[in-house]
Amino acid sequence: MSFLRSARRLLLVSVVVYVLLKGLFLSGLATEYLQQIILYALIVIIGSLGLNVIYGYTGQFSLGQAAFYGIGAYMSAYLTHVFSIGSALPFLPVLFASGLFSALIGYLIGFPILRLRDDFLAIATLGFGIFVRVFLDNSDRLIDALGGARGFVGIPRITSLDLVLPVTIVLILVTRNVIFSKYGLFWQCIKDDELASSAFGINTGRMKSMAFTYGCFLAGIAGGLYAHLYSFLHPSNFDFLKSIDFLIIVIVGGMGSITGTIFAGLVWVGFIEGLRIVLPSGMLEYRWVLIPILLIVLMFWRPNGLMAQKESRFLGIDRVS
Amino acid sequence: MEFLSYTLQQLINGLQLGAVYALIALGYTMVYGVLRLINFAHGDIFMFGTFVAYFCIARWHLPIYLVFMITIGATAALGVLVEKIAYKPLRAAPRISLLITAVGVSLFLEYFLSLNAMFTPNYIAFPRPFDVAGYDASLVVVTNIQLIIFSVTAASLFLLYLLVYRSKHGRAMRALSHDQETASLMGINVDATISFTFAVGTACAGVGGILYGFAYPQINVFMGIMPGIKSFIAAVLGGIGLVHGAVLGGLLIGVSEVFVSAYLSSTFRDGFIFVILLLVLLFRPSGIFGRRIEKV
Repeated sequence: MSFLRSARRLLLVSVVVYVLLKGLFLSGLATEYLQQIILYALIVIIGSLGLNVIYGYTGQFSLGQAAFYGIGAYMSAYLTHVFSIGSALPFLPVLFASGLFSALIGYLIGFPILRLRDDFLAIATLGFGIFVRVFLDNSDRLIDALGGARGFVGIPRITSLDLVLPVTIVLILVTRNVIFSKYGLFWQCIKDDELASSAFGINTGRMKSMAFTYGCFLAGIAGGLYAHLYSFLHPSNFDFLKSIDFLIIVIVGGMGSITGTIFAGLVWVGFIEGLRIVLPSGMLEYRWVLIPILLIVLMFWRPNGLMAQKESRFLGIDRVS
Repeated sequence: MEFLSYTLQQLINGLQLGAVYALIALGYTMVYGVLRLINFAHGDIFMFGTFVAYFCIARWHLPIYLVFMITIGATAALGVLVEKIAYKPLRAAPRISLLITAVGVSLFLEYFLSLNAMFTPNYIAFPRPFDVAGYDASLVVVTNIQLIIFSVTAASLFLLYLLVYRSKHGRAMRALSHDQETASLMGINVDATISFTFAVGTACAGVGGILYGFAYPQINVFMGIMPGIKSFIAAVLGGIGLVHGAVLGGLLIGVSEVFVSAYLSSTFRDGFIFVILLLVLLFRPSGIFGRRIEKV
């Protein structure tokens, strides 16, 4: 019960948001395209939250978040294909399973690479991203349904507001509680000083592995939702640039801030899609010229992000610990 | 006999690719040596070099020695420019900020140069300034391109050796990579030496870019990404911060990539590189020549 009480503000806000969005969707004010963008923004928030746990809270710099996102997407699409699932309720265990599968891969791959520091970890996770991309490109040799370089087609469109919003809220709450549990404190200790943390008796290897696995779990869930939103998957959806997307959201929102990630995720998706509408088609290619400049300027001006370690009162964080 | 001949032929093809990787890996390893930074933009500077060479040959029809001089000058200038604008203000910042900035510079170079007003995102045919000829040496066929690549690489390495181990600037570079603070106390100009290192490293990438254009004449602005990553892995394989390590690592990566393409499947070659990286980081994180047992 204390869980619910401490989260009552957030739950209240989410009910309001749900009612507003539902009204928007049902009244037809939001076009199909806008509805998809809103759902996609929520999915991106889940994935970015995963990277924020890995990088923002635990300080393990990863350039491979999109790989785990992709693993979750392909796994869930494959499972719905095998069990021919078409509605939201039987989809939930599939979603959970694909999150767990992503987490398992994250755990296994984290075992060797989490021993590395900052930039070497970055290269190792980047390399893993390329490895996954190559694997997905060749996946039809192993299992024909995965489609390989042709893409995975014919995924049922299950993801809806009724599914995504509750999943997002639950995952935000769970993440909040994990972060403010003793494990979350250990993670933040490791980020501040790994050597000192191990001197205090924190099992740094195990804690880093735990954070990484949890972050990959969130990425896998996000991927599963994504697969059943657009009903088409292609290996190129999960390349290096997608990892950069997640990284920018974490950095813009602020390292170690759940609120920041939520806002930045919304702003980011709005920004990318908004530019698609505002910019004339010939100017669209300028998006990816501006984004790196934004990244560099942020590093100069606010290297820890806009909302680093600040939280909104809506999360009820002062009541958790 | 057939098998032996085929294998030898693949070995030569691998060395051709490996020579280019070695030239790129040198830049990574030298910059890492002095700044402890993975210069993500290095692969894109290599790409820039190929494009400068393309313009020199296809548009301006310059003689070959001028192609080399202009390309080396242009890539070195770009390298120094990137260092001055993007990396220098962050020298006191955490390493991860520097790394993210480097990723940003890399993306910026790629997407800025892919604008239609610049180099366009399309594939362009790189014109060779000479005809391809093969010389039959009983077991294998060696092309003149391969001979050019091997000799230019060897000459560059010799010059680099003189520069790093036999000149005052090289000594300053090596001193800086040991201990920046002490080096500055000994009267070494840290800023100038770092810029100089960037210039030399990116000049090597420029030479690599020209040779890559000769050997694989389909170029586009995103061509630097994979060679960049593979060359970095080559530098780690040889022992990051070590010049001879980068050369050996580059050759090894090039040969193994060609062998994977030849005996397994060409679609696996990019994934294979990750396996090599993982094995190196697991069993010998300091690389083949690295002596210090440092936890990377």
